[in-house]
Amino acid sequence: MTPEEQNFMRKIETEEKIEPKDWMPEAYRKNLIRQISQHAHSEVIGTQPEGNWITRAPSLRRKAVLLAKVQDEAGHGLYLYSATETLGISRDEMIAALQDGSAKYASIFNYPAQTWGDVGAIGWLVDGAAIVNQVSLQRTSYGPYARAMIRICKEESFHQRQGYELMLELCRGTPEQKAMAQDSLNRFYWPALMMFGPHDSESAHSARSMQWKIKRESNDDLRQKFIDQTVKQIEFLGLEHPDKAICWNEARGHYDSGEIDWDEFYAVINGNGHCNRQRLQHHIKVHEEGSWVREALAAYNEKQKARKQQAEANKSNQNVA
Amino acid sequence: MTTENLELFEVFIRSKRGLDHKHVGSLHAEDPAQALEYARDCYTRRSEGVSIWVVRSADIVASQEDDAESFYDPSDDKPYRHATYYQLPDPVNNM
Repeated sequence: MTPEEQNFMRKIETEEKIEPKDWMPEAYRKNLIRQISQHAHSEVIGTQPEGNWITRAPSLRRKAVLLAKVQDEAGHGLYLYSATETLGISRDEMIAALQDGSAKYASIFNYPAQTWGDVGAIGWLVDGAAIVNQVSLQRTSYGPYARAMIRICKEESFHQRQGYELMLELCRGTPEQKAMAQDSLNRFYWPALMMFGPHDSESAHSARSMQWKIKRESNDDLRQKFIDQTVKQIEFLGLEHPDKAICWNEARGHYDSGEIDWDEFYAVINGNGHCNRQRLQHHIKVHEEGSWVREALAAYNEKQKARKQQAEANKSNQNVA
Repeated sequence: MTTENLELFEVFIRSKRGLDHKHVGSLHAEDPAQALEYARDCYTRRSEGVSIWVVRSADIVASQEDDAESFYDPSDDKPYRHATYYQLPDPVNNM
């Protein structure tokens, strides 16, 4: 190891954070760019399924709540893009990578939000799973990422609570409403488990990410946490657990659970989920339609600059006179 | 010699890796390099930091506190942005 590498590893081992201007191995930088930008893309693409329901929320209160949540997600995308930019990649490069498919985003957002119950299930389960992961990432080794996670976790807890509250209301409503809640739970439970990624033994980036403390807990450990905490939340709603194999294991102190459909997982990752094409097409369309705003901003800046230069020129002319 | 012509710089110090840089004060200096050395001498005499930022005060764009009421008004009537707004029964309140 070079002295630089030794110094880097010493920081990692003693739980010191790595900061943007520190020396870091190229692979560490690349790995972070991949993970944080993917996280940022997920926040932004994630606004699509829920944004779909803003105009159809059943009450003004629910509309305001959903709007605030979607607004938060867009803000979280911004924090994470900014954190990624500290690693020397530009926003344009990241957006291009998302749009040409070379960068990924969380597969869960390739599932459609078909019913109002889905909005509840997304807040409760999808944000719930994201929180489990993000709480762990508050201790990630890269300073700007860790600080973004702390801010995001603080803001995110309302997302899960509003989702669960929505589900609770449906479950205390008419039989049709309760059936809608059950249907949403059934469709979102397994994809939410898939959010934690493949089993540790199958995970391509895990080992090195753990060694560098980019990831602090393994996919399977985080997934187990989520499975455990969700059981009593399902029970309290009076809904049926979608996993028929769920069973308390006294010896492990955890719930045992059924196997995830990994074929579905890889199919969705590889572009064959319900909404993969639609999500990217929509992103590209909105990006292109918004280009006049960016052009107007640039034109305005040019104008301001010219005006300022003119004012300064006038001033120096006056002084000469 | 007068300090009137020297530029004002704001000083931010990171006390520990992983934490944000925090504003600690300001100083006058000839240029950024000198400001950095002054900041070290003035603000980190007791190892208060591991990293210093100096920024020309003139480069800081700040909101006006007098305008706070109207400036922050848009978020005043949105209590639903807070987790505590959602009352959940005790058995599931831990989320």
